[in-house]
Amino acid sequence: MAPRLALLLLLAVPAHAEEAPPGASGCFGCHSPTRADAAIPSLRGRDPAEVATLLRAFREGTRPSTVMDRLARGFTEAESRTIAAWVVR
Amino acid sequence: MKVTRRALAGLLATPALAQAAPAVVVIGGGFGGASCARALRRNGLAVTLVEPNATYTACPFSNAVIAGLRPLQRQRFGYDALRAQGIAVVHQAATGVDAAARRVTLTDGSVLAYDRLVLAPGITLRFDALPGYDEAAASVLPHAWQAGAQTELLRSQLDAMEDGGTVVMAIPANPYRCPPGPYERASLIAHFLKTRKPRSKLLVLDAKDVFSKQRLFEAAWASLYPGLLEYVPLSAGGRVTGVDLAARAVVTEFGNHAGAVVNVIPPQRAGEIARIAGAADRSGWCPIDPGSFESRLLPGVHVIGDAAIAGAMPKSAFAANAQARVCADAITALLRGAPVPEPRLLNTCYSLVAPGYGISVAGVYRPAEGVLADIPGAGGTSPLDAPASVREVEAGYAEDWFETITADAFG
Ligand SMILES: Cc1cc2nc3c(=O)[nH]c(=O)nc-3n(C[C@H](O)[C@H](O)[C@H](O)COP(=O)(O)OP(=O)(O)OC[C@H]3O[C@@H](n4cnc5c(N)ncnc54)[C@H](O)[C@@H]3O)c2cc1C
Ligand code: HEC
Repeated sequence: MAPRLALLLLLAVPAHAEEAPPGASGCFGCHSPTRADAAIPSLRGRDPAEVATLLRAFREGTRPSTVMDRLARGFTEAESRTIAAWVVR
Repeated sequence: MKVTRRALAGLLATPALAQAAPAVVVIGGGFGGASCARALRRNGLAVTLVEPNATYTACPFSNAVIAGLRPLQRQRFGYDALRAQGIAVVHQAATGVDAAARRVTLTDGSVLAYDRLVLAPGITLRFDALPGYDEAAASVLPHAWQAGAQTELLRSQLDAMEDGGTVVMAIPANPYRCPPGPYERASLIAHFLKTRKPRSKLLVLDAKDVFSKQRLFEAAWASLYPGLLEYVPLSAGGRVTGVDLAARAVVTEFGNHAGAVVNVIPPQRAGEIARIAGAADRSGWCPIDPGSFESRLLPGVHVIGDAAIAGAMPKSAFAANAQARVCADAITALLRGAPVPEPRLLNTCYSLVAPGYGISVAGVYRPAEGVLADIPGAGGTSPLDAPASVREVEAGYAEDWFETITADAFG
């Protein structure tokens, strides 16, 4: 591709703030941001610090759960905080 | 460039992004492709989805349809929400891919140019793998491994069977679509027989000795379906090597097993277009870079869902949807010239062993040594000793997951 065309192409891709930190987009497989009547609650609009605290409790097994303990153990405290900040948006 | 006034007005009337953004073509409108098209469009890219069918029929929960617990209608989804989002949906099959020229050919001969291509064609059933089991045989002995008419056929055969009949199931070796799916199906067929045709039997013949959520399934079978469901693993002669259509029987090394209803799940490979494109290797599946899902064989082409070799990630709708988002973000970064961050992916597969009795297996994955690997310490199955109340809660979450994932993929 000619360099000028490549540059045009690059500029044409909108910069967007949507990109998820590692692991975060997977949460939407169960936590729908749009379904109102869901049994698995939406995370949108939650307090990120509270979500991070809940993730730690799942990870450490201090909060009862069916599946969140198994998923939360895949992330460190720092990763969980980054995810928490993103999923509540 | 000379632009007439009318053309200029046209340009201004359409969203600027749609005009200027690079083009991504997605082949296949299943869980992987539909989810990816939507995520790419949310990222502001111009997306064309190529899918021959106007209606998609989802496999998850189709085992409940087979057992008469759910109408097939609830498995059906259309593409209106994708169109409303600004995705160009083309109801044709892709017949060729020229990765060097970055072009896709469709059934009607038309050609789509792309900057990046996503292949999400699901599976092709290997009608050459079990002698006697070809497409014509499948209209008598259904596979029901691609949902739709085949699901209806197996359901109606079970319905019509006389009480006291034998149902035979043949399960393939790994890898195949939905590792726990055959065992969920065995469970729900057993439930159907127990409640509707209690003198009948289910014989489950497996080409392997070890399977997903095995201890949970076997414990449930022992308590719910004793004497009704007989499981024969590889080591006890369970491997089906062919089919005797006239006798309605499957063939094993140790003899033939006839059934009033016979469900043959044949071996599989990536959807045919992956082979045509040159994205599949000798295994029949598509090797990928685990960070971006870009094909190891075809630059500029990404493969997601069942067709991809995703290491420790199973071939599931959950995984296809999760990969779709990660792949969409990777494509967006690549088109912008930005680095692709190292992803983490999740998967959870729910299975029903009876109505109100759900179990799950989960995993968290990261790229390691060129493949997607389990993050140690995370994931695993539901506990073996959980009370009935927990099984009931998980059955409810399974349904909730289905509503969420189909809303994400199809709107
Ligand atoms: C009985 C059963 C139960 C299951 N239960 C679960 C479950 O509980 N949970 C779970 O997560 N998963 C489950 N699965 C697995 C799940 O259905 C698949 O993993 C999932 O559908 C894979 O998505 P995909 O997008 O890769 O392929 P598909 O969903 O098969 O989509 C592929 C699409 O590509 C299209 N296509 C193919 N070739 C072309 C072409 N040349 N041009 C254009 N389009 C093309 C097809 O028409 C199709 O729409 C189950 C599967 C079965 C069989
Ligand atoms: C497989 C489905 C699934 C996935 C994927 C999933 N969750 Fe959950 N989540 C649940 C369920 C179910 C619960 C209820 C607790 C339980 O039974 O585990 C829950 C509960 C929670 C809660 C507590 C909500 C409350 O108010 O009590 C938080 C916070 C949460 N999840 C965050 C996340 C984040 C962040 C991710 C992504 C890293 C994620 N979840 C991925 C299913 C899922």
